[in-house]
Amino acid sequence: MYSQFVDTGSDGQKGGQDASEQERAFQARIDEGISIEPKDWMPEKYRKTLVRQISQHAHSEIVGMLPEGNWITRAPSLRRKLILLAKVQDEAGHGLYLYSAAETLGASRDDLLDALHDGRAKYSSIFNYPTLTWADIGAIGWLVDGAAIMNQVPLCRCSYGPYARAMVRVCKEESFHQRQGYELLLEMVNGTEEQKAMAQDALNRWWWPSLMMFGPADGDSVHTQQSMAWKIKRHTNDELRQRFIDQTVPQAHYLGLSIPDPDLRWNEETGHYEIGEIDWDEFWNVVNGNGPCNRERLAARRTAYEDGAWVREAARAHAEKRQKRRAAA
Amino acid sequence: MNTREQQQFEYLLRLGDSDLILGQRLSAWLGHAPVLEEEMATGNVALDLVGQARSWLSLAGELEAQGRDADRLAYFRDAFDYRNVLITERPNGDYAYTIMRQFLFDAYHYPLLQQLSGSAHEGIREVAAKSVKEVEYHVRRSSEWVIRMGDGTQESHQRIQAALDDLWMYTGEMLTPDDVDDALLEAGVGADLEQVAWSWHDRVRAVTEEATLTLPDESWMQQGGKQGRHTEHLGYILAEMQHLPRSYPDARW
Amino acid sequence: MSKDWPLWEVFIRSKHGLSHKHVGSIHATDAEMAMNNARDVYTRRNEGASIWVVPSVQIVSSAPGDKGMLFDPSEDKVYRHPTFYDVPSDVENM
Repeated sequence: MYSQFVDTGSDGQKGGQDASEQERAFQARIDEGISIEPKDWMPEKYRKTLVRQISQHAHSEIVGMLPEGNWITRAPSLRRKLILLAKVQDEAGHGLYLYSAAETLGASRDDLLDALHDGRAKYSSIFNYPTLTWADIGAIGWLVDGAAIMNQVPLCRCSYGPYARAMVRVCKEESFHQRQGYELLLEMVNGTEEQKAMAQDALNRWWWPSLMMFGPADGDSVHTQQSMAWKIKRHTNDELRQRFIDQTVPQAHYLGLSIPDPDLRWNEETGHYEIGEIDWDEFWNVVNGNGPCNRERLAARRTAYEDGAWVREAARAHAEKRQKRRAAA
Repeated sequence: MNTREQQQFEYLLRLGDSDLILGQRLSAWLGHAPVLEEEMATGNVALDLVGQARSWLSLAGELEAQGRDADRLAYFRDAFDYRNVLITERPNGDYAYTIMRQFLFDAYHYPLLQQLSGSAHEGIREVAAKSVKEVEYHVRRSSEWVIRMGDGTQESHQRIQAALDDLWMYTGEMLTPDDVDDALLEAGVGADLEQVAWSWHDRVRAVTEEATLTLPDESWMQQGGKQGRHTEHLGYILAEMQHLPRSYPDARW
Repeated sequence: MSKDWPLWEVFIRSKHGLSHKHVGSIHATDAEMAMNNARDVYTRRNEGASIWVVPSVQIVSSAPGDKGMLFDPSEDKVYRHPTFYDVPSDVENM
């Protein structure tokens, strides 16, 4: 998802005899569904895991502005331009809400950004793929935002109050993101032959990376158990992935597009779609920096940050000068 | 269209094109601004401007009555048919350049819309009355940023001063009436640019003074945007903006 | 030291006449910027009729450890609630 690999700092769930009195009380509180607030006691690992998870999510939002942002100036109608502008701006807002949530845990936005810029922090693998045609803007809304929503809606009930509240706001705002993407593609598949071809091509390129957004298969996801006990992850990767597939395949059919998976089939008994093998080799390569756009995305973020340093400094310097002048007056 | 309608059409294109081109420029900052809060703010200004452009161009299309809507006007006119003021097509440059460009335009845009809110033309009056609220905020925000940069660090002072010096020659055009401006003023439809200029000078003087900036000497002013003679930049802006609809003229998006 | 701009908490009163409600935070170097940023971030969907911004360092909050002392004592003060009192149902307008 937007936070695909969150290290909980432990290999499994700690409970029973090993846990301290405080930890047991903490877990009991989570089990009861009482939310944890910034000043409450929390295990250090919970704090660190949350900072990692929330900041990965925040980084994904702001890196995610880039592939779509590069089409704002090329949007093919004024209406589409306004929609895309508003959407990319929302992503900046979501990044902002999430950094704020991480800040309540004692992290500074600046440190989190440093970690992104020097490659220590991760962001969603999906944003390392290029947007090549206008149909990609539709595919991102439909598939990428669709996948994100699957993960984010349950997080509105996660155990950490500020994170849950940020997610409520994010989900409320995101509800138009997926719809605008689908509507965009609907227009294209009902359009010219070239538009239909663009739409199919976009699905061909975005389908598998979208499925990879949900992260490694459950068997390879060592931290899931602890995160679920802490209620900062509410469903496993494979559960969410399956739900996404079941929901999306009929939507593709409605568009008259075919899913680029020869092994895709409906299983009457389970009531689910079955898919072919995900290329995990590609996934890990994209995660580890070898995706088509990893370097460009990070370079763009770094440049923005470095070029903006004097602006941030100027505002600060002016505020200090003004304060001094006021004190002297 | 008769002469009067032709002049109104020109006037509406000027309003719409200036908003559209500046909105287009600003929107390129998304994802690259100095701080997240500025991404949001820049996005809002860009949204306001593109939204206003859409309203003005719709009015222009209705007046022309040739079946051209706002999109048709935005996407299927070449540079020589564009009527934006030149300052709006200046490149983004550094953030000081973007802020100064914005401020110099806002300081003109705000009194212009105030005047147009009293236009005899109902459509113009309505769009102006709605837009003027947005632009009142734009000018407040850009003024504050000019002051922050001018009175910030040595580096920011140098950058914003350099931006002011460079952009100065593109300000005269906004404030100098031509035949179209005169005709519309006389008809009670257009703005009185003399008054707009007063307001502009007052604000620019006050803000630059607080920002400890030096106003450039009155110098040669570039002209031509309002008549369709542009800088080289506009061709590139349009090539990027219009590429899709022009490549696939039969497509709907 | 963090290079971040100072943090501000944002409170918005919506149009429905309710009290200002905490909606989140933003970074800003001065009060004007804090107000602008709060507006640009938190009122994009017609949410606001009034904004308060407060430097986060100025907020004083109760300590979680004081929860028992501060809040539990009010639990048994049932006589503060109207349902504590029996009034015959044929008495109207009460």
